[in-house]
Amino acid sequence: MHMPLEDTLGLNLLAANQHQAAHNREHFDAWNLLCLNVMSSPGAGKTSLLERSLPHLAQEFAMAVLEGDMTTQLDAQRLEAVGIPVVPITTGRACHLDAAMVSGGLRLLRDRLDPASLDLLWVENVGNLVCPAEFEVGEHRKVALLSVTEGDDKPLKYPVMFREADCVLITKIDLLPYLTVQVERIEEHILQVNPRCRVLRVSASSGEGLEPWHQWLRQEVALQRSNLAAPGPDPQRIAAPALSALM
Amino acid sequence: MHEVDMTRALLLAMEGWRQSHTPQVPRVGTVHLQVGAFTCVEPDQLVFTWQAAIRNSWLEGAELAIEPVALLGRCLRCSATYAPEPERGYRSPCCEHPMEEIVQGRELRISSVDYHLPQPGTATASLGAVGQSPPVTTPPFPASALRP
Repeated sequence: MHMPLEDTLGLNLLAANQHQAAHNREHFDAWNLLCLNVMSSPGAGKTSLLERSLPHLAQEFAMAVLEGDMTTQLDAQRLEAVGIPVVPITTGRACHLDAAMVSGGLRLLRDRLDPASLDLLWVENVGNLVCPAEFEVGEHRKVALLSVTEGDDKPLKYPVMFREADCVLITKIDLLPYLTVQVERIEEHILQVNPRCRVLRVSASSGEGLEPWHQWLRQEVALQRSNLAAPGPDPQRIAAPALSALM
Repeated sequence: MHEVDMTRALLLAMEGWRQSHTPQVPRVGTVHLQVGAFTCVEPDQLVFTWQAAIRNSWLEGAELAIEPVALLGRCLRCSATYAPEPERGYRSPCCEHPMEEIVQGRELRISSVDYHLPQPGTATASLGAVGQSPPVTTPPFPASALRP
């Protein structure tokens, strides 16, 4: 009989995903683009928002979409229709995108275009307020959507998602006249979980609030570029060996 | 459903750890996991999926011991630490300040693993009273072992 052993690991459960996410982010930095991870519950309006915003933004930015969907390619078809390159990622049983799936999507994207020509890469996650919050994919910013019909308690019930978000869009505000929900309460609940995020009210169907949202995107693209251009280690030079290793 | 994916992440991490012992296959008694309250993981469901996932694997019989870690925020106005109660929201009870800083509660961490290494020629080494003797601590395994 020998002594039992104990290994002290202190290892994050998601270490493997985080490692792959960091790898993805190195590519995004080398390509000098801003990657956004768009998340919400099913039906909050992620695809509708992109359908409405992308044609506007296409005048200023070169963009592509990695479209996560559990079983269908319906969302990808909707976005292809607005003339933006879309790579569908069917997750099957998984209720979120993980960094390895996005890495696979990037390989497919590279068959179609040079990612270095892009300014913005959208990752539309699977509709789910829980898991996507824990699985980063290498994004620079997280955008969470919450529609007014979901009720004002959701930021308190699913706080991790709203805590992680850099920008929260309260969607479908054109429906407010028909609802008893108070949009101020939704905002207050988001901000008590995450006082640092930007909260904006939008409607993809009426177009209300889209300009401040687009303005936020412009600002974040500019911020990302100035971060990458800042003095210090050249991210392109650092990322170069890793690039050839993955692709 | 997300517990299945968390279990897969856990098995992946354990596989990386196992490889650090190659060529031996450690016999694992207990995996100690810290799960923060401010995560998307439900401990009971994770134990359930763990038990299903390790059947007929090298981890068969290993126990998953979950140490829950409560959510603690720090009020940036008065520096007091507080435990938010979802019923009354996440503002600090002292100053009604939003939850800016999280002190703990985001943990999803494999803190340690109790195990035996089978001795040469004794493939059926007894697990014995795991955790009773002073533990032998080995250095954390290299993160590189996890790379896919």
